Amino acid sequence: MKEFLEGSIAVARVVKLCKPGVISAYPITPQTHIVEELAQIVANGELNSQFINVESEHSAASVVLGGSAAGVRVYTATSSQGLFYMSEVIFNIAGMRLPVVLTCANRAVSAPINIWNDHQDSISLRDAGWIQFYVENHQELADYHLMAYRLAEDKSVMLPAMVCMDGYTLTHAIDVLDMPTQEQVDKFLPSYKTSYKLDVDNPITMGPLADPDYYMEARYAIQETHKEVIKLIPKVTAEFSRVFGRSYNGLIEEYQVTDADKVIVAMGSVCGTIKEVINELRKKGKKVGLLKIVSYRPFPVSEIYESLKNVPKVGIIDRSLSLGSFAPLVSEIKAVFFGKNKKPAVISSFIVGLGGRDITKDSIRDVFGLMTSKEKACEFIDLKPELLKEEYE
Amino acid sequence: MNNKQLFSSGHTACSGCGQAIAARLVIETAGPNTIIANNTGCLEVFTTKYPESAWGVPFVHSLFENCAAVASGIEGALKYLGKKDNINIIAQGGDGGTADIGLQALSGMLERGHDILYVCYDNEAYMNTGIQRSGLTPFSANTTTSPAGAKSLGNPQYKKPMPEIALAHGIPYVATCSVGYLQDLQRKVKKALSIKGPKYIQIYVPCPLGWRHEPNSTLEVGKLVVETGLYPLIEYENGKLISVRKIKALPVEDYLKGQGRFKHLMANSEEIKKIQEIANNNIAKYGLKAEEAVSA
Repeated sequence: MKEFLEGSIAVARVVKLCKPGVISAYPITPQTHIVEELAQIVANGELNSQFINVESEHSAASVVLGGSAAGVRVYTATSSQGLFYMSEVIFNIAGMRLPVVLTCANRAVSAPINIWNDHQDSISLRDAGWIQFYVENHQELADYHLMAYRLAEDKSVMLPAMVCMDGYTLTHAIDVLDMPTQEQVDKFLPSYKTSYKLDVDNPITMGPLADPDYYMEARYAIQETHKEVIKLIPKVTAEFSRVFGRSYNGLIEEYQVTDADKVIVAMGSVCGTIKEVINELRKKGKKVGLLKIVSYRPFPVSEIYESLKNVPKVGIIDRSLSLGSFAPLVSEIKAVFFGKNKKPAVISSFIVGLGGRDITKDSIRDVFGLMTSKEKACEFIDLKPELLKEEYE
Repeated sequence: MNNKQLFSSGHTACSGCGQAIAARLVIETAGPNTIIANNTGCLEVFTTKYPESAWGVPFVHSLFENCAAVASGIEGALKYLGKKDNINIIAQGGDGGTADIGLQALSGMLERGHDILYVCYDNEAYMNTGIQRSGLTPFSANTTTSPAGAKSLGNPQYKKPMPEIALAHGIPYVATCSVGYLQDLQRKVKKALSIKGPKYIQIYVPCPLGWRHEPNSTLEVGKLVVETGLYPLIEYENGKLISVRKIKALPVEDYLKGQGRFKHLMANSEEIKKIQEIANNNIAKYGLKAEEAVSA
């Protein structure tokens, strides 16, 4: 059924349909609306779940770790500093192979303190072992939460999954989406059952010490599983399509790429703006396109290669930095083409929309304009030169 | 009666380890219907080196400071599954994991009212990392980060009053124990598990390696600390002091002299006087002397 909902409310209602038995979270902007709505849903008796208010994000992540270790489906959400405060637990959850699902309402990180949107928080935790999806719009944020649970809990996966949605742009914006029904969700997402759990009838030890004789294999196993996830995602999106009637690639999305001579690569809600600019430029005869990365972890290397190998000019939009080096997405896309015969002649790097700086259609037109035969190593879009002159003694 | 080993021998604890003795008694008293969440520390390291485990009950270790939160999630999951009534949950950690880095998570667990027993194994320093001072290191103890020297008499701070901090959360049960008194320990664990809600038990567990005493004197050291008044064995139910262990009030030197960590104090009567004062205050506060009545 079509509904007109705030992004956070849509997430909460979809999570409700997934029936997590333990929910735990700590307030942080711009995530808070999600768990407020879930708290109300539980308070109304519409969802049988243990909603545990904690004293920190570290404990929120630890509570869902404990709930998941006890064999129950769990949920948490956070942003920015909250995700960083969880980060120790985030790595731990993946290492313990617990299928926790977390929503990251993407927000810039301190300092300076800033509550607005960019991708620095979740990108900084890309190495933790979690599946990471970056969603573009309300329909995707609803649908990818369902797919996140389905993938994370798959017996061949057993890894946590993070759905990354842009703070404010998606969390606080109101839009139309087709809300899944309980019947559909039950059909797509079986109830969570595992024998790998804390069970007094079958006691196991979880989280043991692994010395140098055992540690590497545990890490290798996660790396190998991510390769399996790449193969599993198309199967899960196909199942999803059968139940819900909406089709996704799940790894990437190509928009007007086939004949394009300039393609922007981006993630998240900015892709909507980019598509609009592409439509306008196409009307003027410009051959421009977009490659949207949906699954950042696992990183769909061969899909990216196939999509971009014949594109002459590629521009990568990063909404985060690896200060002192190349931006995260551009370094990984360049790595895809290293040593390949077919590759873009130019791969330029653009930093856009940090700390909630508006990304307008002009910003995107600027990026296309700067995608010349001269490679841009790290071009900041929409900088204010007058602010760069400020000094202090 | 379940004959299954809940805490098997063959683990890698040092000889004379007080924590190993206490941990075995705790789980054997709690029984097989128990789930344990354990902080990082000696106990976790010497019992769960992959691919072996000493534990015959479900056991989870996550991080240094979060066992209270992990246990809260386990409790939530069991409630959701309708299984909580028959299963004990124990969260446990060392003194550093409890009083320092894990204090926030513990406070959250106590405040939320989870039905969990928290056990702090207090060996009075970070032993797993090599004898660094913690918030529960006693006054004047020589540790690797509070060393005695020409300008230092060891740890300058007093022990953090963890039982009182736990008590201030208004929880139904708080007690202290020592491996010097094993039946008392078993009785308190049993009592704690019979009560619904959050419980806090702190167990004094000598560390022969870190304290530099003979491995065969662990139980004796565990008695002397109590008999001098330096570690009062107390028990609170619903905020009321319901029992204290009466003591002989031996001079504190009797306790200090057998341990290398206090060796630097032996010729320093002023410093020993300060430690005697700590004992005297405890004796007065809890009415520990055998001839005195219990004062709540």
